[in-house]
Amino acid sequence: MITWQDFSTPVGLYKALPPDWPVNYWWHFAFFTVAILVFVIAMVLAAIYIERRGMGRMQSRLGPNRTGPFGLLQPIADAVKVLLKENLVPAMADKPIHWLAPVIAFFPVLLIFAVVPFQNGALLADLSIGILYVVAISSVTTVGVFMAGWGSSNKYSLLGAMRNVAAVVSYEIPLALSVVGVVLIAGSLSLNDIVLGQHIPFILLQPLGFLIFFTAGCAEINRSPFDLMEADSEIVAGFHTEYSGMKFAMFYLVEYAEAIALSAIITTLFLGGWKGWWLPPWLWFIIKTLVVFFVMVWTRTTLPRVRIDQLMALAWKFLFPLALLNLFITAAQVLVWPDGLPWVAVIINIAVMVALVVIWSRFFKVGWGRVNV
Amino acid sequence: MTTTQEMTLRTEPFVVNFGPVHPSTHGVYRMRATLDGEVILDIEPVFGYLHRGIEKLAEERTYTGFIPLTDRLDYLASMSNNLGYCIAVEKLAGIKVPERAEHIRVIMAELQRIASHSIAVGAFVNDCGAYFTPFLYLFREREKVLDLFDMVCGQRLTYNYMRIGGVSQDIPPEFLPALEKYVNHMTPFLNEFEFFLKQNEILLARAKGVGILPNQAAIDCGISGPVARASGVNWDLRKADPYSIYNRFEFDIPTGEAGDCYDRYRVRVEEMKQSLRIIGQAMKNIPDGPVRADVPHIIRAPRGEAYGHIEAPKGELGFYLVSDDSIAPYRCHIRPCSLINLTALREMVRGWKVADLIIIFGSIDITMGEVDR
Repeated sequence: MITWQDFSTPVGLYKALPPDWPVNYWWHFAFFTVAILVFVIAMVLAAIYIERRGMGRMQSRLGPNRTGPFGLLQPIADAVKVLLKENLVPAMADKPIHWLAPVIAFFPVLLIFAVVPFQNGALLADLSIGILYVVAISSVTTVGVFMAGWGSSNKYSLLGAMRNVAAVVSYEIPLALSVVGVVLIAGSLSLNDIVLGQHIPFILLQPLGFLIFFTAGCAEINRSPFDLMEADSEIVAGFHTEYSGMKFAMFYLVEYAEAIALSAIITTLFLGGWKGWWLPPWLWFIIKTLVVFFVMVWTRTTLPRVRIDQLMALAWKFLFPLALLNLFITAAQVLVWPDGLPWVAVIINIAVMVALVVIWSRFFKVGWGRVNV
Repeated sequence: MTTTQEMTLRTEPFVVNFGPVHPSTHGVYRMRATLDGEVILDIEPVFGYLHRGIEKLAEERTYTGFIPLTDRLDYLASMSNNLGYCIAVEKLAGIKVPERAEHIRVIMAELQRIASHSIAVGAFVNDCGAYFTPFLYLFREREKVLDLFDMVCGQRLTYNYMRIGGVSQDIPPEFLPALEKYVNHMTPFLNEFEFFLKQNEILLARAKGVGILPNQAAIDCGISGPVARASGVNWDLRKADPYSIYNRFEFDIPTGEAGDCYDRYRVRVEEMKQSLRIIGQAMKNIPDGPVRADVPHIIRAPRGEAYGHIEAPKGELGFYLVSDDSIAPYRCHIRPCSLINLTALREMVRGWKVADLIIIFGSIDITMGEVDR
């Protein structure tokens, strides 16, 4: 029975409808499409605020604090400013590609959230291949980025786009391999099932997988210290040097939405997703996502940037072998102890992670870097 | 080039402009870089965008009237410029500077060295991609030096404090306690800064072995200052040709071995520590007395010529003055340390990547006001 009280909240409204109602199928998609859009935009605004204020604090300055209470309205003011700006397209640009690039870059980021559970069963589509879908769809953004770099007719843009393609192609592999460990333990590719399978957060069972996933993810979305594609001190703004106005806003949105998407995936895979005590599950999900994002802000203010050949060396010589080893170790554990002794496995895995990282970093050399010309 | 010839795709080098308006060129410096992908084949420096004809302007002004213009040379080290010019004129006119003024001059010059190196190190780490954090911390410390300068001369950037035969005014009574407080604060700050940055893996990977300037090449190019000392050239005018009262102080000349970017960064930080040592000694021994020799307002130097040089923060800053027995110099030539240090840039960057070009350039530490004059 539907009561007016149920309509007071969107979730209540959604639950109030009978599951066999013929419109329910479409209603589900309509509701979650809107919810994801609102979620992404709101989270991006929150992320911009957290990044700017957090960075301000870490850099012994205040950060934006004039617009609204504690500067809370600063992201909105920035968004309005950037939307009102003139839309400039370089004369020599490849116009259709230049126009389409932000759109193509933005859509995959939104699509990632289709399989992310906000709470138990609350997701747009509970795909049985969820995490595979995420890994596949997330690299499509690169196409948009490369279109932006190519279509801008700017050498900085092209350099930035080339760096991005190189980084994504390399880092996809350790990224996907580190996910497989989680999938082996959870026994499912569906993100909802992975969250349900986490009796203890997988960060404890898969510490090495978490490190690799976090590092490779940061490299793939070009967060610091791997932000070579828009290295502001080297190639001005990288692939979006020639963008302004609404199209620049789209790229800005993509940048933060990607960071939020990565945080959300890390939360789901390794930090227990929406699971938590006292607070409602969706709130737990948002809190954990923002905490992961905060760690990214933290690394951004702390670390210098690596060079392109060092970025490649890290992917192929460090992360890739470790991800393979992690996969074998996890597979052996799942084979030997299918469902026993999680806490022993936690201790073993953390010890293995420390040993592997320490030993491998002794042998890891990034190379010389100079070419004779 | 061999790598590109083996490929089936036809590739060609392309030219990228870095500057004159670019986030990392430290002023209106322009580099036309020929790139093979990311590798730098050649660079061609273009400068003169900030040329104001300061050397010619000296011929139109009285000897004292030129002091404010020296502020505009290396605007991050105005005190040193003042000092270099005043020493040259004093040599030309044979003026003896009072003891107290000499001590004040040394304190100011060393404070200026700390301020200048703060920016040099901060900007260098910033070029490495550490997103403004070390830069802003060092900027905060530089502010304290500027506050001290503000106290003695009321200016924060273009001081115009030194006069021929002394300094323009005595230091206020609250200056020495404030200076002591600063020195006591700065020593632990530098240690803390070093603790965070000295062994940073990414900084080591980026800066160690990068942009090597061999010892002999440094001597051949006439490189001076921290860049030369990082290459192992033990050449510091404060020891090699002591001016003012530097022969009375105990301090070391930090030198590097490899001559790479990392050594240049290290030498600068060590020099800041040595400067603090010198300030501590000068502060203790500062005598009472006049701060300015009895010099007429309009100086008429005897016919002849003089070359006064000092160890400015960026290298050997020289003023060559020719007098024709009038109230203005017949010719004033400035030996700009920034420009001469830049001559080694091409050999240092060839074969490195774009990202290295930025940090090698940053590690030379130039000020365009001095390069273009």
